[in-house]
Amino acid sequence: MQVPAPFDYVRATSVADALDLLERHGPESRVVAGGHSLLPMMKLRLARPEWLIDINDVAELDHVTRDGDWLRVGALTRHATLLSSALVGELFPIVHDAERVIADPVVRNRGTIGGSLGQADPAEDLTTVCDVLRARVVVTGRAGERVIGMDEFHRGPYETACEQSELITEVRFPIRPRSGSAYEKVERRVGDWAVAAAGALLVLADDGTVADATIGLTALGLEGCAVDAAAVLLGAHPSEEVFAEAGRLAAAASSPVEDQRGPVDYKRHLADELTRRVLRSAATRAGAGVLTATTGG
Amino acid sequence: MQVTMTVNGAEVTRDVEPRQLLVHFLRDTLGLTGTHWGCDTSNCGTCVVLVDGEPVKSCTALAAMTAGHEVRTVEGLADGATLDPVQQGFMEEHGLQCGFCTPGMMLTARALLDRDPDPDEQTIREAISGQICRCTGYATIVRSVRWAARHGAGAAAEAPAIPAPAAPPAAEEVPA
Repeated sequence: MQVPAPFDYVRATSVADALDLLERHGPESRVVAGGHSLLPMMKLRLARPEWLIDINDVAELDHVTRDGDWLRVGALTRHATLLSSALVGELFPIVHDAERVIADPVVRNRGTIGGSLGQADPAEDLTTVCDVLRARVVVTGRAGERVIGMDEFHRGPYETACEQSELITEVRFPIRPRSGSAYEKVERRVGDWAVAAAGALLVLADDGTVADATIGLTALGLEGCAVDAAAVLLGAHPSEEVFAEAGRLAAAASSPVEDQRGPVDYKRHLADELTRRVLRSAATRAGAGVLTATTGG
Repeated sequence: MQVTMTVNGAEVTRDVEPRQLLVHFLRDTLGLTGTHWGCDTSNCGTCVVLVDGEPVKSCTALAAMTAGHEVRTVEGLADGATLDPVQQGFMEEHGLQCGFCTPGMMLTARALLDRDPDPDEQTIREAISGQICRCTGYATIVRSVRWAARHGAGAAAEAPAIPAPAAPPAAEEVPA
């Protein structure tokens, strides 16, 4: 039987209250939302907080709001909420692509976007999605808010810029016209962590060439975006040839490790293949012209 | 600490350790052993209960976190001697073999039918994809949920009482 080590439990009623509680209980306190990363770690005694601060009642953190050219998503927004939001799917199809393959439908009823980003598991999907969409993360402390880019927020596996006394409160996604985005993951079975995954965003100029592009990889040993791979797309018309080159460069930028989910060469192959697939899909969604998709492989 | 929640329509208050998991609160503290305790790692889904109507893996929730909410377990499916159509469906279509995954499967099915009274096979398979039947009886589980959908799953009161006459074999849209 897996049982967490003893701790004290308290519920926060607001962001301000949560920050007070974090301050009061100090470095041995942890915030819990969905609990589907933290509780398993506590059950395995990999985490032994003395205080658990439950933010599930903090309604101000649970929202999906369009605000001009930004979509603002509260940190407590559940995976299931993101997946059922038509607005999210319309603006950022990559989020729906990813959410469909995050854990399973029951886990998605509990897990949150803030928790996923905060846990920063190297095989976690939303970090890649937020990298690709150039999302900004709002980190709130008693001194106020910091709005930071993913490159600053995500420091590496299991490490973010959110300090012990701070709370991830919101994720902001820039809304780009003529853009398309996609995510694809290979997993051994439903609900498993990724063997590998890739995500991409394409923004098209008026002449149909690529004005902006980002490519991200999950569980492939790459922090941040595959910059060189995205660079070959800029100014080009979307085509199989340029996607193949981007796939090759994305695979070169990856540094997967062999584990029970597969050997290095297989994962590197997936980096290449999945990059091509998400680029095709992103281009189609951005309204690009006819692609010679059937020649891909 | 003291927690109060509604379990199968009745308010319960108990003293618990903050670290007590919901599955153990239901099974050990309340004696509701219909909720099964399986993998303990939120993979298998046999511990699924409904919290405010939504399926949740109770091995990965604290009783403390559930305080103030409404919990429904397999013991709360039937209305007295009248089975919920989901339970009746599992009987009619042989939706259980060893029965270990059954409580979680039935509660997820109940939640699915509450929001989608007529789900197709793919929708049912997606809904139960976080739950494992190690007898691999998925085809009959899907058929059981379809049976419930065809037999007024939206209203438990319309379900036949026990003992129910065996329904004639219906033309199935779900292939064997």
